[in-house]
Amino acid sequence: MELLSGGEMIARAMEDEGVEFIFGYPGGAVLHIYDALFKSCKVPHILVRHEQAATHAADGYARATGKPGVVLVTSGPGATNAITGIATAYMDSIPMVVLSGQVMSHLIGEDAFQETDMLGISRPIVKHSFQVSRTEDIPEIIKKAFYIASSGRPGPVVIDLPKDLTNPHDKFEYNYPKKVKLRSYTPAARGHSGQIKKAASLLLGAKRPVIYAGGGVVQGNASEQLRVLARELNFPVTHTLMGLGAYPASDRQFLGMLGMHGFYEANNAMHHSDVILAVGARFDDRVTNTCAKFCPGAKIVHIDIDPAAISKTIAADVPIVGPVDSVLTDLLAVIREMRQADSSLPDASSLKHWWSQIDEWRDAHGLWVKPRYDISTPYIKPQQVIETLCKVTHGKAYVSSDVGQHQMFAAQYYKFDEPRRWLNSGGLGTMGFGLPAAMGAKLAFPDADVACVTGEGSIQMNIQELSTCAQYNIPVKIISLYNGYLGMVKQWQDMQYEGRYSESVYENSLPDFVKLTEAYGHVGIKVTQLSDLEEAMKEAFARKNDLVFMDIHVDPHEHVYPMHIAPNGSMRDMWLSKTERT
Amino acid sequence: MMRHIISVLMENEPGALSRVVGLFSQRGYNIETLNVAPTEDPTLSRLTLTTIGDDHKIEQITKHLNRLIDVVKLVDLSEGSHIERELMLVKVRATGAQRAEIKRCTDIFRGQIVDVGPSVYTIQVTGAADKLDSFLEAVGEAAIMEVVRSGVSGIARGEKVLSL
Ligand SMILES: Cc1ncc(C[n+]2csc(CCOP(=O)(O)OP(=O)(O)O)c2C)c(N)n1
Ligand SMILES: [Mg+2]
Repeated sequence: MELLSGGEMIARAMEDEGVEFIFGYPGGAVLHIYDALFKSCKVPHILVRHEQAATHAADGYARATGKPGVVLVTSGPGATNAITGIATAYMDSIPMVVLSGQVMSHLIGEDAFQETDMLGISRPIVKHSFQVSRTEDIPEIIKKAFYIASSGRPGPVVIDLPKDLTNPHDKFEYNYPKKVKLRSYTPAARGHSGQIKKAASLLLGAKRPVIYAGGGVVQGNASEQLRVLARELNFPVTHTLMGLGAYPASDRQFLGMLGMHGFYEANNAMHHSDVILAVGARFDDRVTNTCAKFCPGAKIVHIDIDPAAISKTIAADVPIVGPVDSVLTDLLAVIREMRQADSSLPDASSLKHWWSQIDEWRDAHGLWVKPRYDISTPYIKPQQVIETLCKVTHGKAYVSSDVGQHQMFAAQYYKFDEPRRWLNSGGLGTMGFGLPAAMGAKLAFPDADVACVTGEGSIQMNIQELSTCAQYNIPVKIISLYNGYLGMVKQWQDMQYEGRYSESVYENSLPDFVKLTEAYGHVGIKVTQLSDLEEAMKEAFARKNDLVFMDIHVDPHEHVYPMHIAPNGSMRDMWLSKTERT
Repeated sequence: MMRHIISVLMENEPGALSRVVGLFSQRGYNIETLNVAPTEDPTLSRLTLTTIGDDHKIEQITKHLNRLIDVVKLVDLSEGSHIERELMLVKVRATGAQRAEIKRCTDIFRGQIVDVGPSVYTIQVTGAADKLDSFLEAVGEAAIMEVVRSGVSGIARGEKVLSL
């Protein structure tokens, strides 16, 4: 039997849990813990430059690996700085465990120095939270936190740790539980077989089916099952922003992303479908456009691990609650059985008509058939940057993004063939996510190409992390699309406010990003000519051990299209260019 | 739009109640009444709340409540036959002829006068919420000095129980 202090228990539990990195920042309330890490912990700690970046880096790590990211911050400002990153992880169902320091137990409630009610502040944006009240409970609470964060519908879990409970002098028995059980928490293990049968008959009878798959397929590790099912049924597949990569983009059956900036063929296939198989997606407002006009002829099968995600905005005809991987496996088995039992059931070739309709849509306006953007201007087009990035990295890089036009171009033009390669804040839409998320992925996969697609606005929200990258040698490639504006804001102002650019312009205040990068000891490359783009990008990725900041000047006036017409539009109502609409 | 009585069995842990209450404000659901107390098993507490909403909203409420890690089980009592009770304490001004009148009214509602002063009665009434409303109406606003209601509690009829 071993006696450990609270701080030592935390350090040891990280090892016992198989944690690979702790992203954090020290301060008074967590100094006992930091001392324990210093003395004995084998898990490397990454000292970020702002706690928000710690959460995003842990999040990027979690998205890329599927394992929970771990964050350690101090009380008060440390904890509040972590909030944006916790909310980001919550909205996208990313597993994360956040250890936050707290003032000493006897001071709680007295407005002590650096006291903040972290449990209260974080309550609406966590899957669960714990406040430790006895040192002896630390191992079990940590185990529970990891279990809750990574099971069912994943999400962030906060553990609030009063300083006195980590003090080095009070030692208790340490036993890290192998397993924990919570009587009040039992995520569904299988889908309901009756519902799965209903879904199978609906799918087999479909004449105009479409699979609408979201981030749940990525987080639920069900890409393989999705691929097999889609191919066997010959169904078209579209992804939400969060789902990209689950189904291979280069496959003929993939229609591209759907939704507000979705592909013409994807949005039309949805609108005209008779059966939608929704998998790990949540019919959010960036997908559906006006709910009342959503896909009028479609029957909906909705598979999700979270019952609360089903029939929240759009009613499902066949709801199936369960882990997406096992439900898809069961569904495929039932479909095969049904087909074997009844040879008169339609086979894959029966969708010929539907496919020729889809191909027509694709030929007319598909983004990957030929360039749909205007190449008559002297500028580099942002779309061309992403196409070049995809080419240079052979579509195999881990790509994080920030939020704005560059994000949508990355989602539209980088062809992700594998899940967990696209790291993006879809739900919260957090500018500042990109660089730290890329760091998390690069630490997890040091040999892989990792790019952060960003804008000159977003990158400045966590640019201080260039220093962290220097300290730990994290050679990510930053692909910054410089358009001189908060571009997505400007686009809306162009379209809805007659071009009044209220506070979306920087008025010559931007830094020289090349010099700035060099000041941190990294490499900066500025590109202004299309003819230089590919070579420059090849050079950037050839510099395996350097962080390279590519400052790429693009058309300042480009817009992202397609774009849903709102309010009151349906899925198929879109702007296709500045002048052309459906 | 119907009134629902949702009864929740949850871990008797600090923070559990704030998660339930927070959920309602966060998602824009309203709470009409709320009460909570430990059960025969001290590790569990029972929370009962009433809320008003259409089927879709109530479904969302129960799903989101179920999603809370502290929530062990819940039931929408209004879906089946059930017993509903609320306890109310009312302080009323009672002088002269009114004293007899209020006493009679209390008897009709099977209430009890639990405290007597020279010019006040404190009355306890229990029953379903609408019975308590009727009592207040019968006594009349003019006489009422203070009203304290416990919020609705409920339990299913018959064999059905909400337990681990
Ligand atoms: C933290 C945060 N603040 C504000 C916004 C609103 N917002 C969305 S896109 C955008 C502009 C982003 O500009 P930039 O990073 O330069 O990207 P661009 O659209 O120009 O490609 C803003 C301000 C946001 N998403 N996140
Ligand atoms: Mg910009």
